[in-house]
Amino acid sequence: MKSVKFFIIFFFLFFFNNQIHAKVPSLLITEIVNEASTILSSSDPVESKIIKLNDIAERNVDIDGIGMYTLGKYRKLISENEKIKYKKLFKSYFLKSFSSRLVDYSDPKINVVSEKKINNRYTIVTTMLEATSKNPEIKIDWRIYTKNPERPLIRDLIVEGLSLARTQREEFNSIIQNNDGDINALFKSLEEFIIK
Amino acid sequence: MKKFLTIFLIIIFSQFQITTLYAGSDGNIELSKNKNGNQNYEVKDCFETVNRGVFAFNQALDKIFFEPAAIGYRFLPKPIRSGTSNALNNLSNVVTIPNNILQGQLKDAGVNSLRFVINSTLGIVGIFDVASYYGLSKRDKEDYGQTLGTWGFKEGCYFVLPVLGPTTVRDSIGSLSNFSGGDAWYNVTVRNNTQHFEDADYYISRLTAGVDFRAKNLESYKSLEKNSLDLYASVRSLYLQDRQRKIKNIDETTETLNDDDWEEIDTQ
Repeated sequence: MKSVKFFIIFFFLFFFNNQIHAKVPSLLITEIVNEASTILSSSDPVESKIIKLNDIAERNVDIDGIGMYTLGKYRKLISENEKIKYKKLFKSYFLKSFSSRLVDYSDPKINVVSEKKINNRYTIVTTMLEATSKNPEIKIDWRIYTKNPERPLIRDLIVEGLSLARTQREEFNSIIQNNDGDINALFKSLEEFIIK
Repeated sequence: MKKFLTIFLIIIFSQFQITTLYAGSDGNIELSKNKNGNQNYEVKDCFETVNRGVFAFNQALDKIFFEPAAIGYRFLPKPIRSGTSNALNNLSNVVTIPNNILQGQLKDAGVNSLRFVINSTLGIVGIFDVASYYGLSKRDKEDYGQTLGTWGFKEGCYFVLPVLGPTTVRDSIGSLSNFSGGDAWYNVTVRNNTQHFEDADYYISRLTAGVDFRAKNLESYKSLEKNSLDLYASVRSLYLQDRQRKIKNIDETTETLNDDDWEEIDTQ
């Protein structure tokens, strides 16, 4: 009887503890957007902004996961050493590309509209990028990987229904395929982009 | 010969709205695979080498004409740009409404018809979106390529046309329907000799629609150019994703995603 009591208390404590630490995906996006907005609207030099933006990405984006996804079928065909090299190159590529895309915006206004849980591993958070005098309103969906609810991570951005991860996967696969399946061709392209 | 040139020019202008997504591919691309019972299918990038050459030509043309035109268009006051965009959207209803019907979207056909009547009259040839004020919100555009897709026609070969940009066999056949009586605006301007409109009205409207679309996507396309390792493949992917989404008429992101590949990747 005592053990049952103990079990119940333990269960509730465990459950409650998990609830406290689980991070709501839409809140994660709100925090990221606010943080990025503060950085972008600051008077800091561009280099400083890039460092801070990259820090946000490293903390909140599943860069390794996206890297593996973008390899498509080739992730099963390359060696462990090639995988290690790829992960390193992809991270540098991703961070450069990420900050380069964002740094052009001075103060983007993104509002969280809703969130939809697909399954235990994924939640989609829908946001709207406010219209400016130059651009119309844009819908952006964020695919959040929630396998570890305490540390949800962004895996994809779907802009007006177009998946950036999928676009990148098809781009990478095209490079490898057009070079007779040689992964080194992708490594070369990534290296060129990084040092550009 | 004149007729051929006319049709060629019309296709150029009518397709330019989707043309900023120039394209091509890598042999075979797996386009769609989901758990909703839809079959897997592949899009073949026929003549990829030629396609890449045409894509490069289109890029050059964009740099020489369409991009500068879009930049210039941006200098116009916002009310003029909004009015132009509204009027062009209103005009597109003459293609959207028959396609709503062909796809069985009768409610949308009704709403779009009402919007067209209200905006063409009270909204002064569509410059003002009065219908939205009355609660008739804007619906998605439809075309004959999308209708064929809804009816189950596969894309066929994927290819890039000079000036026109990316397309598939299905989308090209759909575009030809516009010139066979499927586009009322084309019928009253070019196809039939009416005293109210001239051929130039049609060409100008198509060209303006292209420039308007390009102006709305100046930054996003520039960013794509800057960050792509293979721009041709990126544009192809975006074009195909966009068509897939439009054919399925889905706003629900989750339905457009193929989770299978993601499920394999475990980093936590």
